[in-house]
Amino acid sequence: MFTSPHGKGGKQDKMKLLTHNMLTSNIIKTVTNGYPLKIVPTQVEVKTVDFNPEFISRMLPKIDWPALCQAAQSVGHGEGLPEALTEKYEEDEMLLKKVHHVLMQVEVLEGNLVCPETGRQFPISSGIPNMLLNEDEV
Amino acid sequence: MAHSSSGRPERQAPPEIFYGEEEARKYTSNTRMIEIQSQLSERALELLRLPEDQPCFILDVGCGSGLSGETLTEQGHFWVGVDISSHMLDVAVERETEGDLVLGDMGYGMPFKPGTFDGVISISALQWLCNADKSFHHPPKRLLKFFSSLYACLSRGSRAVFQLYPENSSQLELITQQSMRAGFTGGLVVDFPNSTKAKKMFLCLFAGGQPQQLPKGLGTEVGNSQRQQIDFNSKRAKMKKLRGAKSAKGSRDWILEKKERRRRQGREVRPDTKYTARKRKVTF
Repeated sequence: MFTSPHGKGGKQDKMKLLTHNMLTSNIIKTVTNGYPLKIVPTQVEVKTVDFNPEFISRMLPKIDWPALCQAAQSVGHGEGLPEALTEKYEEDEMLLKKVHHVLMQVEVLEGNLVCPETGRQFPISSGIPNMLLNEDEV
Repeated sequence: MAHSSSGRPERQAPPEIFYGEEEARKYTSNTRMIEIQSQLSERALELLRLPEDQPCFILDVGCGSGLSGETLTEQGHFWVGVDISSHMLDVAVERETEGDLVLGDMGYGMPFKPGTFDGVISISALQWLCNADKSFHHPPKRLLKFFSSLYACLSRGSRAVFQLYPENSSQLELITQQSMRAGFTGGLVVDFPNSTKAKKMFLCLFAGGQPQQLPKGLGTEVGNSQRQQIDFNSKRAKMKKLRGAKSAKGSRDWILEKKERRRRQGREVRPDTKYTARKRKVTF
């Protein structure tokens, strides 16, 4: 696994950890929760995205914090994230910037998402997770 | 893009096949297609009525090459797109769209955790769900699965707007029926219902929250005033209408009718005034 600083000229689009934080595998028939999906990355990139503090603080209540920490660690960007979210996160710009980096700038280009219940793998290729199912999983 | 029933893409192949490399290419090179798509997305976004000056998190179902997503980005929103055609997603990647992309089948349900999105937008995708492209596909079941998983991943009180091309009224009925069963309220908004060309249908759904009023379709207000006009017409004129007689060509009535008809088609028409159809002075 390697991390390249700025992608191939930003040509390709990748899965942000923001999207990962929202994805579940509960569309599989036998899965009840399917959350959080484990990330097994083979290629991770960091892209520069404009910092939008309003959006980040709007999204924070929707973010599953432990899942984000776990995901950030699995792609090697977990340092500096507090274990739990403080009450007044809107005013803590340092925290918002850190969250912005993890949510919006760290992107998984290649790898797998693994369902925590069944171990089913969803491959990520060129940053697009493949969530298509087989006949017997519907 | 009114498809005749034989020319409908849904009749030709499943979506992941139909939107192959060649078809996907059109969405970057064909300016007319791009224009139509972005017009539809703009109208859908208007119907979505997101809180102003607030960046929202939107799901784009059937995002294709990300044209509708571009409209979202322009307005300062963030989005995630789902599509079944990997070729279309490849084009989206090439176009460097801002949003994240997920390869998925809407009939299998939306793989997102509850309360994720502030709204859903979908352009010309929903009618594909009415097809059984595989032997184990059962359209009503797939529709219900889609709508109920969608309802779950929306935050309460948010909206979902689908622009769609239903093949016939029974298809439309099935779609609305299944969405209501999944818990949505709302209904169909039709823009320019009297024009074959400009007519566009939007299924506007509300996910819980305060009761909301369905927005009006464009070009429908005129239709109401027309109805009133008929009501206030003299009895004789009414009888004449009933018999289906047309007004004399060139008369004031004839011109008013023509203007009304064009208005219903969504064209630009000058307002009716006392000068409408007035003869000019001979000495002019």
